[in-house]
Amino acid sequence: MKKVEAIIKPFKLDDVKEKLTQIGIKGMTISEVKGFGRQKGHTEIYRGAEYVVDFLPKIKIEVVVPDDMVGEVITTICESAKTGKIGDGKVFVYPVEEVIRIRTGEKGEVAV
Amino acid sequence: MQIKHCGIETALINKKIYMEVFVMILGSDTCWLLICSALVMLMTPGLALFYGGMVRSKNVLNTLLLSFVALGLITVEWVFFGYSMAFGKDIMGIIGGLNYLFLNKVSFAPGPYASNVSHMAFMVFQMMFAIITPALISGAVVERMKFSAYVWFILLWSIFVYNPVCHWVWGKGGWLGKLGALDFAGGTVVHINAGISALVAALILGKRKGYPSSQFIPHNLTLTMAGAGLLWFGWFGFNAGSALGANNSAVLAFVTTQIAAGTASLAWILAEWIHIKKPSTLGAASGLVAGLVAITPAAGFVSPMGAIFIGLGAGVICYLAVILKGKFGYDDSLDAFGVHGVGGIWGAIATGIFATFGAKGLLYGNFHQLIVQFIAVISTIVYSGLMTFVILKLLQMTIGIRIVEEDEIMGLDLSNHGETGYKLL
Repeated sequence: MKKVEAIIKPFKLDDVKEKLTQIGIKGMTISEVKGFGRQKGHTEIYRGAEYVVDFLPKIKIEVVVPDDMVGEVITTICESAKTGKIGDGKVFVYPVEEVIRIRTGEKGEVAV
Repeated sequence: MQIKHCGIETALINKKIYMEVFVMILGSDTCWLLICSALVMLMTPGLALFYGGMVRSKNVLNTLLLSFVALGLITVEWVFFGYSMAFGKDIMGIIGGLNYLFLNKVSFAPGPYASNVSHMAFMVFQMMFAIITPALISGAVVERMKFSAYVWFILLWSIFVYNPVCHWVWGKGGWLGKLGALDFAGGTVVHINAGISALVAALILGKRKGYPSSQFIPHNLTLTMAGAGLLWFGWFGFNAGSALGANNSAVLAFVTTQIAAGTASLAWILAEWIHIKKPSTLGAASGLVAGLVAITPAAGFVSPMGAIFIGLGAGVICYLAVILKGKFGYDDSLDAFGVHGVGGIWGAIATGIFATFGAKGLLYGNFHQLIVQFIAVISTIVYSGLMTFVILKLLQMTIGIRIVEEDEIMGLDLSNHGETGYKLL
């Protein structure tokens, strides 16, 4: 099993969620996060005073899938989250040692 | 005269005095003054939201409380001796006597200031002004002033600055009033007074830790917009209520208030649009408040077109003032001076230019009025600036006015009040 973690532009969340559901993922967790990459931050102006805001709002998606689905999930996220402009985000893939469904105690891929 | 106005003058002959009293008081005027008192009261919570949205989230509750505590403290101060100091029997034109101590003799009968409403209604209307004025200063000291020091400060400031200056302008026998200074609803008494004190307080207190290099971004401008809306609404009571009756003067003040606020808000965002290419909500809110400040002394004296010019001036001048703050480098955190001080000075001078109803300004051939307005502005600046300096220095030497660095970083909500404004879970 692998955990696919993607940082995307907030407005792309609906597209990504819809496409991932279509390919049959069972669940996902999202969080509102802030950060910067090469895009860096932006400036905000309040009563004429300019502030550089280093961290931009992004959405972090976490999906745990069986090994054979990882490729498809990555492709789907990349395609649906892409605008082609700087700041589209990144995908990280981690190995998952174990998954346990708390309600039943089931372990492994059936618990995903 | 009022008896005749009621059309029952004959019925009153030989009646007991208290009967006359009740007939002389007009129900409509009293009704209007009580409604206006409630409207002006609402401005203080409005100000709390207006300021609260502009600070960082760790200081939001403290900032709200700086306004709300005035609603408690100054109410009591006003009842005990504040009203008497401001509106009691004149002593040499500079202060009221102690004849209304604890509201002694402030009854249902008309007082010396309005023969058409009960003295008590006039007293409570004025109380609301005494409350919001020190609260305005809080905008310059947020995010770093020790709460206990702030409470002492606004109490001493009310006693030694607000009450005397209020007497000078509005008290019977006050020297600025006798000189002919025009201040319809408190441009000098409230706004210049609070604005200058705010500047002095910001200078003595020093900058917030990290200012201006760190991020001092407003944490919730939606609160600020809600507060600005309440201020605008309440300001109809502030200005139109100052006519002390439901009459033409109140109508004029109501109309000019709306015009100046709208014009200034528009002027401010247009200035931003030209200058930095983006009109902002904070700009719209700041502009409308600047317009309301500027029309305050002029409200019952100028024409609707006069109000357009006053609003336009307020939007542009106050915008430039808050931009210039960055050049001088002092930390008037929420621009209490930039908006209330500068807007108030512009309004007081503009009153001397545009006044046409009940008094004549420069445009109507009365140059003398402009001179008198300048005297009122300068004497208020000098007096309130000096007194604020003395009060804050005394507090600084005794109880200290600034919170320790650790508390400042933690935020005043937690360090001074043991609570937080927002909880995630």
